[in-house]
Amino acid sequence: MDFTPHTEADLAEMLAAMGLSRTADLFEHIPADLRLNRPLDIAPGLCEPDLRARVAAIASRNRAETLSFVGAGAYQHFVPAAVDALASRSEFATAYTPYQPEVSQGTLQAIFEFQTVSAILLGTEIANASMYDGASAAAEAVLMALRLGAREERRTVYLARSLHPAVRQTIATYASDLEGVVLREIPFGADGRLDLVSLQEEGIPACIVAGHPNFFGVVEDLRVASSWARARGALLVSVTLEPLALGWLTPPGALGADIAVAEGQGLGLPVAWGGPGVGLFGTREKFLRAMPGRLVGETVDMEGRRAFCLTLSTREQHIRREKATSNICTNHSLCALAFTICVSLLGPRGLQDLARINARKLRYAVGKMRESGLSEVFSGPTFNESVLRGPGAAERWEKLLRRGIVAGLPLGRWYPELGDAILLCATDAHRRTDVDRLASEWSAANAGRA
Amino acid sequence: MTDERLIFEGSAPGRRGASLPGDDVPPEITLSDLEPELCRPGTEMLPELSELDVVRHYTRLSQWNFSIATNFYPLGSCTMKYNPIVNEWAARLPGFAGIHPMWPAPLVQGALALCVELEAMLAEVSGMDAVTLTPAAGAQGEFVGIKMIRAHHVRAGRARRKVLIPASAHGTNPATSALCGYDVVEIPVGSDGLVHLGDVAPQVDDDVAAIMITNPNTLGLFEPEIGAIAKAVHEKGGLVYIDGANMNALCGISRPGDIGADVLHINLHKTFSTPHGGGGPGAGPVCVKKILEPYLPVPRVHRAEGGFELSEDQPHSIGRVRTFQGNFGMLVRAFTYMSALGGDGITRMSERAVLNANYLRERLRGTLAIAQDQPCLHECVFTDQAFAGTGVKTLDIAKRLLDFGFHSPTIYFPLVVAGALMIEPTETESRETLDAFVAVMQTIVAEAASDPERLTGAPYRTRVRRLDETRAARKPVLRWRPGTGTDGESD
Amino acid sequence: MEFPEELKYTRDHEWVSIEGDVATVGITDHAQHELGDVVFVELPAVGDKVEKAEAFGVVESTKAVSDVFAPIGGEVAEVNDGLPDSPELLNEDPYGDGWMVKIKLAGALDGADLMTASEYRAYLEESVGS
Repeated sequence: MDFTPHTEADLAEMLAAMGLSRTADLFEHIPADLRLNRPLDIAPGLCEPDLRARVAAIASRNRAETLSFVGAGAYQHFVPAAVDALASRSEFATAYTPYQPEVSQGTLQAIFEFQTVSAILLGTEIANASMYDGASAAAEAVLMALRLGAREERRTVYLARSLHPAVRQTIATYASDLEGVVLREIPFGADGRLDLVSLQEEGIPACIVAGHPNFFGVVEDLRVASSWARARGALLVSVTLEPLALGWLTPPGALGADIAVAEGQGLGLPVAWGGPGVGLFGTREKFLRAMPGRLVGETVDMEGRRAFCLTLSTREQHIRREKATSNICTNHSLCALAFTICVSLLGPRGLQDLARINARKLRYAVGKMRESGLSEVFSGPTFNESVLRGPGAAERWEKLLRRGIVAGLPLGRWYPELGDAILLCATDAHRRTDVDRLASEWSAANAGRA
Repeated sequence: MTDERLIFEGSAPGRRGASLPGDDVPPEITLSDLEPELCRPGTEMLPELSELDVVRHYTRLSQWNFSIATNFYPLGSCTMKYNPIVNEWAARLPGFAGIHPMWPAPLVQGALALCVELEAMLAEVSGMDAVTLTPAAGAQGEFVGIKMIRAHHVRAGRARRKVLIPASAHGTNPATSALCGYDVVEIPVGSDGLVHLGDVAPQVDDDVAAIMITNPNTLGLFEPEIGAIAKAVHEKGGLVYIDGANMNALCGISRPGDIGADVLHINLHKTFSTPHGGGGPGAGPVCVKKILEPYLPVPRVHRAEGGFELSEDQPHSIGRVRTFQGNFGMLVRAFTYMSALGGDGITRMSERAVLNANYLRERLRGTLAIAQDQPCLHECVFTDQAFAGTGVKTLDIAKRLLDFGFHSPTIYFPLVVAGALMIEPTETESRETLDAFVAVMQTIVAEAASDPERLTGAPYRTRVRRLDETRAARKPVLRWRPGTGTDGESD
Repeated sequence: MEFPEELKYTRDHEWVSIEGDVATVGITDHAQHELGDVVFVELPAVGDKVEKAEAFGVVESTKAVSDVFAPIGGEVAEVNDGLPDSPELLNEDPYGDGWMVKIKLAGALDGADLMTASEYRAYLEESVGS
């Protein structure tokens, strides 16, 4: 396929207009020793039918139809058909960043609506125009807390061990080259919640980072974390990787989170092997100037009409250069749009009902798996994921995989003391019969031998 | 045409827009015991709308957007080429859209194979040894690149303190360096718009971790001394980061890896046609030479029994930079595009991009003053000299273009050119479009002399006219709140 | 462009007015003109110590951001509390209501690199051009 429109006549006339005879003349000025003097070693181009056959063949080598009970930061939920139909409109998808607001009011108003929806769901006063994903948003939140605490030399960051391992790892990567910054883990208790009592404190804290719910699906009582942080002059950062939980739980901002971040994929975006997602980022109005990322603001045009534009860009890299709050240059605008459309279609009742369906489905699944010999590890309340353990769980998980079922996520890889445990997720995408099948296959896997 | 209300302003209590799946578990199943204060969702302020309300709202909003699908963007440095629709078809295949990032390898061999092939194609285009597809954007790619450079130096004994960056560089370059703990040393750009070895060499010592350089540079010019500059930095143990934002100029022509790059990032949403989406998502793969391979972020794709697998087994990796392995949906699009074009097509893409840019440079000669009158690559920079003394500024020209149905070019960048207009047509624009653009520019520049006030008041034909951006920054209003007055009606 | 005769000026475009051991500091008409509409001002706290040539505050417009440097060293005695809520004062009245801080000098004044109004005007002409 070739997307260039040049005919032979075009080429001839354009070259003539420039006083050149061949396209190769355009590159004469490049020193010969810096030129590639052979064709690219890449297979030749394809016509559209062959291209589609090739790509479809690759796609078919993925077993997308597998019955899966994995969440762990990426969630399969019902998404109304209208979401993709609207978000995929070329006028949204192929638009540039709205630097010329007069011709970008579509994108700008939609993102203003996203900022509002984010702030509402997170329970914060303000929210930005989105970040890449939940983990990078969490890392940026930690950097922001460190900036705010710089004057008081706050350099310790407490990370809940019950946070998604990828979130902790990402924060570690972002903080690794910052002088004097110390990362410390907060253990979890038998209830799966933060165990601040056993925590060995060190240094002056900038922030404490906790999940809402956490990686184990357990709902923290963020008020405890908030008081703990407040007493030490530190900030509370909350991380919500399952956005649907916000249809059931009190928003983190209302429980004391100073910075609340979330992954929005679960509401409106396909699972798509983990990306692109969308990071929600909300905070208090007083921290506005320390907040990274793009912002859309409301104003008027010269004739008094309400209009929207990118604003407070002076925090960003293209103006502040080495003094920027972050180097982030993009938001995940189109994903933020899909998220907003999905939430608009679901509405408050729909979000709450869908959340309830998920929570009850998980409780049903836990009950059925209990009958098959597993028990819940943590006593704390859960949303749509829970950690279950039983003897030989890892082996049975393997057997079920061979039978085309992913029975949750084995946790031994990240939590050695949970080597016989799996993180099980049940959502509205599972029918009751799917859960029944999971449970009966699990039981059967025990009865048989290898 | 009336203004569009915000979705919150059209809300009617009780309206429903979605048809939910049923709750098929037995009624006696109860929820987890949760403290009452913890289950009061803050959803009341969300709007209650019918599906038709939502469809109309977002359809109307979309109609106020300029987009590649509607018209030409001459935006320098952004590479606003056509976003092929077949890429959208590919990304939506259930085999790609419906796979979970944490599934075991046997279930996702297609995704893994696609990544391996895409990495190979990018490595070939860039002349490098290894690739990571993880970074979500060019800026995150830069972050990964500089962190890897730092990791390399730390492992060699000393992090070093400085990064050299030309004054013509994009703002992400110094911001990224600062984010990674480096001091930025600015290298002056010559009056010819180029970076000279003579300006770089005095700054190179064994405390320089790297030089970050863009090629072609932000004036659209190939840096002829880049080979010598890379050598000078290497001699003192420093590394060379090439900003690959302008790769559309050089695919199949010149490879950063052959001229001294140790690491570069590529913007898939520029060179490889993935859509900009109004600001994102994009993807910023990073390509490295063997010397930096140990530090690539995890996870990486490795060969395994039966095919491929993701692995975190990289002892010197800089670590994870995100939750999962990459903006996979964008990788599928770029892979589809590169497969569609093939090696021959990719080279033709760059050749025609450069052809179009030089054609514009030639046709606009006499209308606009060229910043550096020498052969450019895929973009060309003009100064504001042609309308000096009229009271008309570059911004006014940019706004007036909107009245004629074109998007503005990139303006006031690079900073080293006064009142810069940076124009990059890309290879997917036809001669007719370019000629039409030239004609409009001629009209507008003539207007600057004959009727400057017409320009300073532009645009006139867009949905809204010039915005009070000062007000937006002085009194930030960043969200809707219930009870806020306006119903969106104009006047 | 206005440059009141009774003030002194720095190369970083601040003005200083010294009475006894207290120096009042702000940004010049040239600085506010270059910045454009000021949208945000960050000032130090009363009691903060500042060193000569060290940044004590930040001024932001819609298109640029600039550190403000202390022309002399000392302790911040007073800040213009009205400025954060009305940043436009820096554009409208940079030498009057747009004053930024009053610094109590730490020891003798080191005024070697402070310029007079005509020296500053000449400096602008040669460095900035037409």
